[in-house]
Amino acid sequence: MRNGVLRPATILQELKKNDVTHLVWLPDSETNFMYQRLVQDGSMELVPVCREGESIPIAAGLWIGGKVPVVLIQSTGLFESGDSIRGIGLDVEWPLVMMIGYRGWTRHGITVDSAARFTEPILHTWGIDYYLVESDEDVERISFAFAQARRTHRPVAVLVGSEYAET
Amino acid sequence: MLTAIDALRVVERERDGAVVFTTMMGNRIWRQVSRNPELDLPVGGAMGKASSMAFGLALAQPARRIIVVDGDGSLLMNLGSLVTIANKAPANLYHMVLENGVYAITGGQPVPGAGRFHFAGMAREAGYRASYTFDDLEEFAKQAAGVLNETGPVFVCLKIKPEVDNTTIHQRARPTRRTADAVKDLRDALLRSPADGNLP
Repeated sequence: MRNGVLRPATILQELKKNDVTHLVWLPDSETNFMYQRLVQDGSMELVPVCREGESIPIAAGLWIGGKVPVVLIQSTGLFESGDSIRGIGLDVEWPLVMMIGYRGWTRHGITVDSAARFTEPILHTWGIDYYLVESDEDVERISFAFAQARRTHRPVAVLVGSEYAET
Repeated sequence: MLTAIDALRVVERERDGAVVFTTMMGNRIWRQVSRNPELDLPVGGAMGKASSMAFGLALAQPARRIIVVDGDGSLLMNLGSLVTIANKAPANLYHMVLENGVYAITGGQPVPGAGRFHFAGMAREAGYRASYTFDDLEEFAKQAAGVLNETGPVFVCLKIKPEVDNTTIHQRARPTRRTADAVKDLRDALLRSPADGNLP
């Protein structure tokens, strides 16, 4: 693994470890290389949505049917999905892992994007725990998120703090 | 014009082991007609998302017929789902909408554009394999079995009379089961009895 780089292949490997079958997602500006890798790999079914609020109920339906879905959206989509997260993500009490592109967040310098400033406060408000993933060295946290979601039957977020690398 | 309960009695008669998702007004009426509540899922939270949940289950269990009874106000909140569903084209999904032109459970206010848009046309143009509108009970009863045996996704718009609930919230019957319990029961039932693959 290379320091400071978040490779789609590493993420994919971690998702496979957790038997993920479906990725329900809406692309954002930082996930292009992840998309390319997923299409190339072909081991998980991609379910594209028109807006992020659809992603949580679709994932719930997949889970009801015995599959293991992951939701892959940006933080802006998290905001858009508010009622789905409340009414289906939380009220249904099921193990949902959401990988959230942490738009505008930066470990260094000043975070000015309101999408980044509101993300963690909103997750706190909903009582949704989260793990930050910035590079290949962090991907084990994805498995922690799955373990916690399965143990608690609650949504758990993985905040993806870096753009996926090209290779 | 149909009544919702008559239309849903036809759906129940023809469901043939299908899972049935309902929402909003449909939840209350479906409770009165369903003879297989173990395979029912009333979706109360997240208005407009019953069709999305049904779509997810249709993808997960392609050998099982999935019916969703949507509302017109609900579908208007999630119109993009028509394209999302058509894109994956689950052959086992039957998407019905009870169109009465009003928000029946909030006092009968008209939905935006009531009477000026065409759900079946939207679904057809979105890419559903077939799309129908029924406003006559006899005709729907005659064709329902055939429609539910077509390859999905199939869209069915049922033009129903508005039946507005004008009682206060405190006077209304509340759901007797938590959503989490209903989901758990359905999931258990599905995993206990795999689908027989008896699909078109």
